[in-house]
Amino acid sequence: MDWFLKPESIFDKFLVMIVAILLFVAIMSLILWIIDRPNVPNWLVVVGFLGPVTIALAVGLFYPALSTAYRSFQVSQAAVGPDGKPVINPQTGQRSSELVFSLANYTKVFTDPGFQKVLINTVWWVILVPVVATGFGLIYAVLVDRTRGEKLAKALVFLPMAISMVGASIIWKFMYEYRQAGAPQIGLLNQVLIWIGLEPYQFIITEPWNTFFLITVMIWINAGFAMTVLSAAIKSVPDDIVEAAQIDGATGFKLFRKVTVPTIRPAVVVVLTTIAMGSLKAFDIVRTMTGGNFGTSVVANEFYTQSFRQGEAGVGVGAALAVILFIIIVPVIVYNVRQMRLSEEMR
Amino acid sequence: MSMSGSAVELPITTDATPEERLTSRQLKKQLRLQDAKTKLSSPWASGIAIILAILWTIPTFGLFVTSFRPPADIQTSGWWTFFANPGITFENYTNAWSNSAGGLGNFFINSFVIVFPAVIIPISLALLAAYCFAWVDFPGRNVLFVAVFALQIVPIQVTLIPLQTIFVNFGLQNSFWPVWISHTIFGLPLAIFLLHNFMKEVPASIVEAARVDGAGHVKIFFVVLMPLLVPAIAAFGIFQFLWVWNDLLVATVFAPSPNLRPITAAVAELSGTKGSQWELLSAGAFISIVVPLAVFIGLQRYFVRGLLAGGVKG
Repeated sequence: MDWFLKPESIFDKFLVMIVAILLFVAIMSLILWIIDRPNVPNWLVVVGFLGPVTIALAVGLFYPALSTAYRSFQVSQAAVGPDGKPVINPQTGQRSSELVFSLANYTKVFTDPGFQKVLINTVWWVILVPVVATGFGLIYAVLVDRTRGEKLAKALVFLPMAISMVGASIIWKFMYEYRQAGAPQIGLLNQVLIWIGLEPYQFIITEPWNTFFLITVMIWINAGFAMTVLSAAIKSVPDDIVEAAQIDGATGFKLFRKVTVPTIRPAVVVVLTTIAMGSLKAFDIVRTMTGGNFGTSVVANEFYTQSFRQGEAGVGVGAALAVILFIIIVPVIVYNVRQMRLSEEMR
Repeated sequence: MSMSGSAVELPITTDATPEERLTSRQLKKQLRLQDAKTKLSSPWASGIAIILAILWTIPTFGLFVTSFRPPADIQTSGWWTFFANPGITFENYTNAWSNSAGGLGNFFINSFVIVFPAVIIPISLALLAAYCFAWVDFPGRNVLFVAVFALQIVPIQVTLIPLQTIFVNFGLQNSFWPVWISHTIFGLPLAIFLLHNFMKEVPASIVEAARVDGAGHVKIFFVVLMPLLVPAIAAFGIFQFLWVWNDLLVATVFAPSPNLRPITAAVAELSGTKGSQWELLSAGAFISIVVPLAVFIGLQRYFVRGLLAGGVKG
């Protein structure tokens, strides 16, 4: 059964993949076969259709979320026996530890200067990325709307959406590449600095601006998304509104500002909030470009570092960071859903 | 646009407008109005648009050019000098693919092994669930649907450590199974929500008619609804494909060993360990990009439609 859990060769890997798919198909066929027999009670139909999903979500999302929330209020400390001495694990000879209730994880996140920096960085990400990407997307959508090369122009800006954040990070790391003054630069941005007579600059390392150069990458990725959605929204502004405004004498920029923008406002809000959530959870860019060093870490990256790189001591802090992430997301989503409802009513 | 299913024929109005039937005068008026909505000042606008498009493309283009330059050239001159002093090699790609330093070929295969089950399984499960939410009446349906919808807000970070514990308890750690299972779970809420929206758009009369003809749930699902849902399935399929292929977090947590690691995570790793070997990194980055790019360009129509239907996963 080695190929099942530890496939080594390419053949074994594809074998286990096909087995996984066939296993899934077999289970699904069985369920559907049971449902399809004559005179099946309604509850069995519902269980057949929804059972697998409900179990997957309950075990895979709901329980883990509660468990993490619970863990975020616990810290690990040396276990003390009834005699007041530390408990020694007889098998390993080490002091055993126990989990006790504590707010220390949260206190640490909010008071430690290192973590405060992480929180501040995250705030910059969540504000700057949506605002700049949406602003750019809106302007660009307007500029290329029904011009001759509209399709190509849109595709060029949209392309970064298909590139992974890892790929985008490498693309930009190369843009930011630094060589000492005098040596030939291989990063375009530093070459531009030299062309205009400035010294080369360590974009990724120099605090505090390096965070903003990382944010640029996320803006670069998300502008295409904003543009696509907003372009569709602009194209669907009802003609009678525009006509009425024209009769009232509105033209050009005024028409755009007073008629188009208010009409597509719900779409703008949806785009803003969607990008904000993406930026909040973005871990790949920081991980790939700096690994969270040089004061660029954000909550999503710090969560990973604490949970999986710091051993038992970090798990509680990591859980607290995940919960903080969750708490910031909730109001954004609620707002997003309300706006989506509004825009659906308007359609 | 009319889709011909095997049993029914009905027009789906997702993005089609009755524009074809307008007279030319009406059409002209419409165009004029369209213009008025956005027209700022044309020559300037086009100029700015072209500049922005170029700015947006230069970073990718620069790395792309670099990936074909000999290592010695890359380290001593900028890629923009390539056009004055061209020198092309494909060795960067062959090295990155099979060389001991890069060896991305294996990771590339891992990506494929990961991505197929991680796309097929959540879509199938979500289709069943979406059908049930849309067309089967049962007590507590709305509450359950809202609950599934609400689970979209759980950031996957919150779930990772408990999930890891579960996988370890079942002895599944360090295999492909945790990766497939977790991608499935994380994809489900959005998939159910999107597919449910599309299913609801199918007119109830069609489903009713099939029921009167004696078709059971399974037959209605496969014969009546599936043919109509192909665009929706394609839209979500592309999403999930891009998401799984481009994912770094799930891969780093659940597939840490080189035997499992997908290409995206491998390239990220390369960037950490061989950060200055641009001949390796540039070729590696494009090896990891080429598949999602092909999928994206080939199926862009569906992707955009899915995007506009509100399908975005963070």
